[in-house]
Order: sequence, then C-alpha cells, then structure tokens
Amino acid sequence: MMNDKIKLCYDVPADDFTRAGEASSNVKSKLKMMGVNPEIIRKVAIAMYEGEINMVIHAFGGTIDVVITPDEIEMVLKDDGPGIENIELAMQAGYSTAPDNIRSLGFGAGMGLPNMKKYTDELNIDSTVGVGTTVTMKVKMNER
Amino acid sequence: MTIKDIRDILGARFIYGEDHKDREVHAACGSDMMSDVLAFVKDSAVLLTGLCNPQVIRTAEMMDIICIVFVRGKMPDDNMIEMAREKGIALLSTGHRMFSACGMLYEKGLRGGSPYR
Ligand SMILES: Nc1ncnc2c1ncn2[C@@H]1O[C@H](COP(=O)(O)OP(=O)(O)OP(=O)(O)O)[C@@H](O)[C@H]1O
Ligand SMILES: [Mg+2]
Repeated sequence: MMNDKIKLCYDVPADDFTRAGEASSNVKSKLKMMGVNPEIIRKVAIAMYEGEINMVIHAFGGTIDVVITPDEIEMVLKDDGPGIENIELAMQAGYSTAPDNIRSLGFGAGMGLPNMKKYTDELNIDSTVGVGTTVTMKVKMNER
Repeated sequence: MTIKDIRDILGARFIYGEDHKDREVHAACGSDMMSDVLAFVKDSAVLLTGLCNPQVIRTAEMMDIICIVFVRGKMPDDNMIEMAREKGIALLSTGHRMFSACGMLYEKGLRGGSPYR
C-alpha cells in the first residue's frame, strides 16, 4: 500500500465551531485515497474528530499532527487551553464541564474521551492546568 | 429498508440525495448529542436528530452514516446541504418528533445497536 512515512499537519482555529472537524475530514479523505481499510479509517476519523472538537470547545484551538506509517496511524493533538485537572475523572463516561450553550450545539455528553479510548489502540493524555493539553492516539493498521 | 422507505414511513421529504433513495439502511440511531452518536458504529446506518448544525453532517461523515433524518421539521441550511452533497449523505426532513419517528421506523423492522456497555 505504502512504504513511506507520511506526515500531515493541521491548525485548528479557535472559536470556529462551524469549521471544527475539517482536519479530521481531510485525514479521512487522505486515508481513503491511500486505500486504508475502511474500519481503520472510521476509528481514526471518530477519535480524531472527538479530539478536534474538544480542542475547539474546551481550549482555544491548537495543532494536530498525523503520522501515517504502514504499521499505524498516530495523531498528536496539542492545545494551550486551560488543561484538565483530573484526567481520570474526565475519562469517565458522562463527565463533562461543557456549559449549556455547548450542549445546545450537540456536545457535552461526556462521551468524547471514552469514545477516543474505545476506537484507538493507544491513548495518552498529557495535561497541565493553565498550560495546555496534548492528546496522543494510535490506531494500528491490522489489529482488533 | 431503503432510504425511500424511510421517506415514505415518516412522510418525510428529501432535502438532498433523492438519487440515493434505493440505498439499503441496516440500522438506526436517534440522538441530539453527537458523542452519543459517535459511540454507535454500524454499517449503512441512518441518524435521526433534532439538532441542526454543520457538526451533524460532520458526525455522519466520520461514521459513514448514509442518511440523516431531521425531526420536528428542522431544515438544514445551504452550507449543511453542500457538506452533505460533497460526502453523498442523503438528507430528509420530517414533521414528526423524535420519539414518534423512531417508533414508526422500529415498527417497520428497523433496529438500533446493542445496549451501551
Ligand atoms: N482539550 C481539552 N482541554 C481542556 N479540557 C478538556 C479537553 N478535552 C477534554 N477536556 C475536559 O474533559 C471533559 C470530558 O471530555 P469529553 O470529550 O469526554 O466530554 P465533553 O467534551 O464534555 O462532551 P462530549 O465529548 O460528549 O461532547 C470535558 O468536559 C472537559 O472538562
Ligand atoms: Mg468531547
């Protein structure tokens, strides 16, 4: 399928709810063109989209780097938002600090991080309050 | 059931994608919370929602959902229709409320996924 390492970089703008998800959409199209297995593409797309939305609604946007190799797809989502105080709590299904105006946009069920865990083979969250959050996710090309 | 069957059962109308009317739908999901929807993966599914913003189309795109039904007469705007067109996602609008719309499809044999674990 491909032998090289491909790196894609995206800027996720702050406060642009309408455009949130464009990076994930772009990655999805690229993986499709590369002929990656549709199940793998769906897992990557959902996990990255949840992370991208989180960067917009909980932080001030940020950057996403995606590295595609024959073995796996790695996504690194980095923001300099408020950070996550208690990661274990944030990971619980149903936990959300989203205000009502975000809920009325269809987000804030507290399901994003659990979904990111569910659809990836590796999820690592590195966060410092007042500094920012880096979420690293990996999806293996031929596992699960 | 096909997208056209859904249109007929719900007395809905096509906002976009009448060309896709013969595509088979295998499962359904009804929610106004997008992460709820994103927890549900099924092939060739339809999404019923009362939410009407561009992220509904994005969510459907990420999940390979083939048709979105807007309940309570909600109407997507031009930008949303354009996004759906780009991704080939059919859009329907029905006057029924969520509960009734889901019930009508269920009665005709359409099913959701297994319970959330
Ligand atoms: N990038 C981030 N920066 C700061 N806080 C975050 C970030 N991502 C997640 N969080 C915190 O973790 C909580 C849980 O996130 P999660 O994605 O699971 O749910 P949500 O975004 O609130 O709702 P949903 O994803 O269901 O729409 C958030 O409510 C928020 O408090
Ligand atoms: Mg979230």
